[in-house]
Amino acid sequence: MRVSGKAVKYGDNINTDIIIPSKYLTSLDPNELAKHAMEGIDPDFPRKAKEGVIIVAGRNFGCGSSREQAPIALKYAGVKCIVAESFARIFYRNSINIGLPVLEAPGVSGMVEDGDKLTIILDDGEILNETSGKVIKANKLPEFILEIIRDGGLIEHLIKSLRGGRVEV
Amino acid sequence: MTISEKILAHASGKEYVRPGDIVDAKVDMAMINEITGPLAIQMFKRIGLEKVWDDQRIVLVLDHQVPADSVKSAELHKIMRMFAKEQSIPYLYDVGDGGICHQVMVERGHVRPGELIVGADSHTCTYGALGAFATGIGSTEMAAVFATGKIWLKVPSTIRINVTGSFMELVTPKDLILNVIGKVGADGAIYKAVEFTGPTISAMNISGRLTLCNMAVEMGAKTGIIEPDEKTVQYVRERTDKQFKIFRSDPDAKYERTLEFDVSNLEPMIACPHSVDNVKLVKEVEGVKIDQAFLGSCTNGRLEDLEIAARILRGRRVKKGVRMLVTPASSEVYLEALRGGILEVFVRAGAYVCNPTCGACFGGHMGLLAAGEVCVSSSNRNFIGRMGSPEAEIYLASPATVAASAVEGKITDPRRFLEA
Repeated sequence: MRVSGKAVKYGDNINTDIIIPSKYLTSLDPNELAKHAMEGIDPDFPRKAKEGVIIVAGRNFGCGSSREQAPIALKYAGVKCIVAESFARIFYRNSINIGLPVLEAPGVSGMVEDGDKLTIILDDGEILNETSGKVIKANKLPEFILEIIRDGGLIEHLIKSLRGGRVEV
Repeated sequence: MTISEKILAHASGKEYVRPGDIVDAKVDMAMINEITGPLAIQMFKRIGLEKVWDDQRIVLVLDHQVPADSVKSAELHKIMRMFAKEQSIPYLYDVGDGGICHQVMVERGHVRPGELIVGADSHTCTYGALGAFATGIGSTEMAAVFATGKIWLKVPSTIRINVTGSFMELVTPKDLILNVIGKVGADGAIYKAVEFTGPTISAMNISGRLTLCNMAVEMGAKTGIIEPDEKTVQYVRERTDKQFKIFRSDPDAKYERTLEFDVSNLEPMIACPHSVDNVKLVKEVEGVKIDQAFLGSCTNGRLEDLEIAARILRGRRVKKGVRMLVTPASSEVYLEALRGGILEVFVRAGAYVCNPTCGACFGGHMGLLAAGEVCVSSSNRNFIGRMGSPEAEIYLASPATVAASAVEGKITDPRRFLEA
């Protein structure tokens, strides 16, 4: 799997209240949520993300609540992948479960500028910075997580597994 | 093995696990609330199964926006009620019947030592206070749990927080956990379990232990956990007759690291805007003017929290121009506080006693902040926009500090109210 897009950079500890404030959580419509993605610190984000972007962030991205609406808002706003120094664990799992690729890449903040064009080869855990020509090594995702992402998320993965008789219910 | 490793080994039918192992574990209890639940229900329906894996192991709580503050909230509540009915799930805590999900889970006997519990809410780690391994998950993951009763988990390494000494008067477990988070950092325990040990923890009541484990997620932890003891067993036995298994960490259990804390000289602590690890001594920020004081939440909305605040507020008034909100964590807490005359103390002091709800802490309804306002809160997060306007400021402190600050109209060290 490969994804490409312009980098949008953020710092450390970007929390879920910033990604999608609680006042919007009564909506179950992903496109409605997307309109308010990153509203806490970057109200212009939905416009920027439309063309398909890759978020590059610092440590502890997605900390805070378990709201899956956070990765959903980002995904529907146009985020193709999130690369961060580290992730908060619930956000990390939620992203995978909705089929939004996430990659941990220690040191990535220093190797990408806002607006750089990136291509990510998920299977190899590699990030090509086409603007600078640098290759950044990320922590490769385990095969079973890649499978969930390839299937488009946990539900699709589970449906497929249930059909194949691989999961006991 | 540590207690966390033992519970995960047990849940996955293994003799032995070690940090980094990925296990497929059986879930004992699964909890949703009306913010994360409807999405989980929607996803479960997409899988196409008629029945959940076990209708006796699912708990549904309406707490974030109760009573419904909008038609949209009312619709979410309705989805929850219908699902409980369709699936014959007996444990639905509706408006007036429960309270904040985490308090309801422990108070109504849904948490037992040794169990693996998942909840679609980040503060699910609270239940570690009763010796369970409990962690927060998202809605889609919960749908998969509803379908299979299982979840994959990476066995976390454990950071041990060993605590000694006795608290000074009006210094509380909240001050301890803020101190710990300030030292460990907001991302210092990502993917890890945090186990609290030592004589101070043994001497601590269940309410205080719940406060400690509740905030483990604020340093990124997968769970906070405390070995069960006699107090735990008594607390659980009063609430359920279900059997449970007690796990304890081996004397030679391997910890990633151990941090020592002595609370003997610990002073009231406060997390300043806009991050939970921006921790200072209350006396360092004394004098900051406040607009709102909030007492409540799954962190500090229990009877003991209300009692210590009432001790300060008894016979005094909330400063003119400041509003104080009190939301007991559950109907049970509300009733006990009512019986003990504590609610009367708040009302007489000019505080506003609200119904049990996540409410203001979560920034959903009932007590939001306007731009430029400052709130001192007994809750768990001071993120930008958490309690309303992104231009408001939130300070996190103990119930005692919240009450003292409400009286003075500015951030105040509660020890100023110690009887001479």
